[in-house]
Amino acid sequence: MSVLNALWQAILVLFGGTFLALVYKGIDRKLAAQMQGRIGPPIRQPFLDVGKLLVKETVVPRTAVRWAFNLMPFLALIAAGTVLLYLPIGPFRPVLSGYGDVIVVLYLLAVPAVAMALGGFASGSPFGVVGAQRELVMLMSYEFPLAVVVVALAWRVAGLGVGPAFSLATLAANPLWAQVGPLGVLGLVLLFLVLLVVTPAELSKIPFDIPEAETEIAGGLMVEYSGVNLALFYLADALKTVAMAALVVALFIPYGIAAPLGISGVGGQILDLAFFLVKVFCVMFAAVTTVRVAFARLKVDQIARGFWIPLTAVAAAGLLLLVLDKAVVG
Amino acid sequence: MGELAKAFEIPIGPVHPALKEPIRFTFRVEGERIVGVDIKPGFAHRGIEFMGLHRNLVQVLYLAERICGICSISHPVALVQAVENAAGIEVPPRAQYIRVIVAELERIHSHLLWAGVAAHELGFDTLLHLTWKVRERVLDILEELTGNRVNYAIPIYGGVRRDITPEQYPRVQEMIRYYRGLFEELCDRFLNDASVEARTRDVGVLEPDEAEALCAVGPTARASGLRKDVRQDWPYLVYGDLGIKAITPEDYGTEPRGDVYDRIVVRLLEVAQSIDIIERCLEEMPEGEITFIPKIPALLAQLKKAEGEGIGRHEAPRGEVIHYVRLEAGKEEPVVWKVKAPTYSNLMSWYPMFEDQEIADIPIVAASIDPCMCCMDRVHLVRGGREELVWKEELLKLSREKTRKMALGNG
Repeated sequence: MSVLNALWQAILVLFGGTFLALVYKGIDRKLAAQMQGRIGPPIRQPFLDVGKLLVKETVVPRTAVRWAFNLMPFLALIAAGTVLLYLPIGPFRPVLSGYGDVIVVLYLLAVPAVAMALGGFASGSPFGVVGAQRELVMLMSYEFPLAVVVVALAWRVAGLGVGPAFSLATLAANPLWAQVGPLGVLGLVLLFLVLLVVTPAELSKIPFDIPEAETEIAGGLMVEYSGVNLALFYLADALKTVAMAALVVALFIPYGIAAPLGISGVGGQILDLAFFLVKVFCVMFAAVTTVRVAFARLKVDQIARGFWIPLTAVAAAGLLLLVLDKAVVG
Repeated sequence: MGELAKAFEIPIGPVHPALKEPIRFTFRVEGERIVGVDIKPGFAHRGIEFMGLHRNLVQVLYLAERICGICSISHPVALVQAVENAAGIEVPPRAQYIRVIVAELERIHSHLLWAGVAAHELGFDTLLHLTWKVRERVLDILEELTGNRVNYAIPIYGGVRRDITPEQYPRVQEMIRYYRGLFEELCDRFLNDASVEARTRDVGVLEPDEAEALCAVGPTARASGLRKDVRQDWPYLVYGDLGIKAITPEDYGTEPRGDVYDRIVVRLLEVAQSIDIIERCLEEMPEGEITFIPKIPALLAQLKKAEGEGIGRHEAPRGEVIHYVRLEAGKEEPVVWKVKAPTYSNLMSWYPMFEDQEIADIPIVAASIDPCMCCMDRVHLVRGGREELVWKEELLKLSREKTRKMALGNG
């Protein structure tokens, strides 16, 4: 693969991904509104929002640390975009496959959160600082169960001896469901559920939207951001949502429908890509849209306690079941 | 860490998404924990009492109605009672029933509004939209009966301004059935929801003795287990005949803990209670006159002759509201008009409630007393463009000076 080729692919994935992320955000808002008995904004509203923000004045508070305050939105967007390049998009291998594995993806997913927290600290607003503290506590809460899930899957794939274990391409190419026995399936189900719970937390959506918590700290980390900076965070959030859903798909439901239907060539690839987009949407709908209309916002200590003990225990149980299964199946 | 954390102050308000009306809290926090709070009201002071002293009593009624948009029957009901007291006017029974019906309709709409706001403060917008959707029904009935969704313009000195016609009875009864059918579901959504319970149980606790000492009123006091309700303790209008009992969480079958959850319980049960009251009123309401003096000029002439003072009290959705008026013969306007809104009594209960809570609890605890700043604000001192703090002695001195100036006729 030549460098130029990779560059074109990357540009295609980034622009396509951004477009898609905004469309999905629009659908998410529309569906959430419908579930709440509201009419909701038109699907294209996120595009209008970004367009409007880009022409608005970008205010930097006098008390802010200017360079950090302005840098963090870019960092968040770049990290969120880079994650997309490491994820298999339907039938296509990741653009950067071979240059990093699922561990890099985990770190990259944490970068927007850290960037938002640093931006909040740099904004010099008490609301921003409280939001930043909460974001960091959240980060520490959900990273551990998330890491357990990923390590469990990678460890099991390593046992199959089919390629580099931590590579997302390998994980996606070898769905574990068919490789393990009944105990393993149970373990995988547990891990899948843990990942679905972690997803809205990773994305700071209700009931885990405490770093922003509009009614409590008036937008928290985002409170001082405006104009272009806010647009960049908005895009980063949309991209991260799609990336997180795509990660769930890659880890647990990487199946295509073209091969079973016996369609090959370009048609099959298009069909698989469409199916992939549907899967990403379903994950987003299940883990973000329905969850955020069904709960009240929790408190940071409730989340930390819930993630550290019960959720981690469930993830560990899943891991244990996979280990037992390997001992049984061999 | 310690020093840094201790120095942290979070200002909430006067403009903040958690606040529906302006007030300023300054919280001192350690991490997420609140260690101190300073409350500064006074941003919504409009001088309504002062304006009232320069208008005739019917015009004052319009002002009283506009003290608060949500209690827009509570203030007029208290005012007309005060004036009727002072002038010795008898109110026909049918008019008393109509006042009670509209007052209870207002309680339903106010409590549902509050429940929606509480859900929003918890970040549970789905519940907000559900509650406010069902609230539309009572607003429709209020519009049907009074002509307005807010500011009903129903009480007048000596009676009410509109009768309830026989055609309207079925519509009100239909509304009663609608809310009865809905009540179970509403209770279930609020009281059996795990995330609501996690956010409201043992949050913002007000102990019964604190509630007693701080003179809390309304649902705030009742949620702490005090059976305190003007309708029960000092019956007025026809409330005495209806046999109202103050509602506490015990009626829901739980020990009162005085937390936010209990305040939700009390308000939801009061919605059911109001529905029962309205139903009974519709059945028992006698035929007859609805005003003492139907013609406004004749009424004004009668009131101009009146001399004396009167107090009117009413159990508003938020608690006890008191109006005091003093009338002098030969004067169309009241000589003194003093309003005490429920929030004024409940304000102090914020201090024990906020103690040792988390930042995340601020919105719901603040909202839990259902504060109404525009009802309550009496004073805002700006001297030479700067704000100052005035202590009791100086305030007393200032107000005496002002009264003296007004008595001399150049206030």
